[in-house]
Amino acid sequence: MAFAPSDEPVALKILVAGGFGVGKTTLVGAISEIRPLRTEEVLSDRGVGVDDVGGVEAKTTTTVAMDFGRITIREGLVVYLFGTPGQERFWFMWDELSYGALGAVVIADTRRLTDCFPSIDYFEQRGTPFIVAVNCFDGAERYEPDDVRIALDLDPEVPVLLCDVRRRASAKVVLITLVEHALKTLTAAQR
Amino acid sequence: MTPPEWLDDDAGPVVRPYALTRGRARSSADDLDLIAMVTASGNAPRDPAEISPEQWRILDITARATSVVDIASDLDLAIGVVRVLLGDLQDQGLIRVRPPAQVAPLPSERILKEVINGLRAL
Repeated sequence: MAFAPSDEPVALKILVAGGFGVGKTTLVGAISEIRPLRTEEVLSDRGVGVDDVGGVEAKTTTTVAMDFGRITIREGLVVYLFGTPGQERFWFMWDELSYGALGAVVIADTRRLTDCFPSIDYFEQRGTPFIVAVNCFDGAERYEPDDVRIALDLDPEVPVLLCDVRRRASAKVVLITLVEHALKTLTAAQR
Repeated sequence: MTPPEWLDDDAGPVVRPYALTRGRARSSADDLDLIAMVTASGNAPRDPAEISPEQWRILDITARATSVVDIASDLDLAIGVVRVLLGDLQDQGLIRVRPPAQVAPLPSERILKEVINGLRAL
């Protein structure tokens, strides 16, 4: 089935999640054309109970820069990469970002594995296909993907791979693994 | 400097980005997805003086279908601001918006295979 007529441009959305400083920006920069993108940071009642808004006015908006990159596969077929904002106060944005997303890359740092728990929980609950990419930082002890899988209590079908997000070739493998996983999920759903 | 007396407690601090939208932060395009595709309809505006320079640029950019995020990025404006500008253009019938429901949630196998091959070729 042809989903879209060939003359209609198709845009796909991939999310890059993980804890603060885990390499989201680096991954987006290694593989895609970085583009400036700003959104509003809203500290409203949505933040109550999530973030400490003590001393902050009831409605405050400032603009914040987002990690955003574009990969042009061909004329009319574009993949957008969005870094999901790490701090909890940006969680209202996750729903918008994950809506219609093809899938998500959760970057993990074995020195602070718990940082990626919220991302994994989120995508598991939403049913968004995701993979875990373990960023191998210099000086960090290397773990086998299966050890990470056990530590994160992941379903067996969730791909886990080691990567170096600074390297374009490695970032490529990460994205290909995700799209292949999304394809597998899609085909399984159609059966 | 005297405090701006016209602000009441509920208004909160003035937000500068929305000066371009004459202070409006809501529009008919509030729910516009980030990767919804926008195309100029080609209709002439009823009152060209009502169209802001930013909106003319949007009409220019969307002569070819362009996503909401790319418009925001090209104009270097916050997404919320762009949504308001797009909402006005949509209300006047100057743009057509193709929601992502027709674009992304279930990309075909063919598209995904094309993406995989495209990524390999990068």
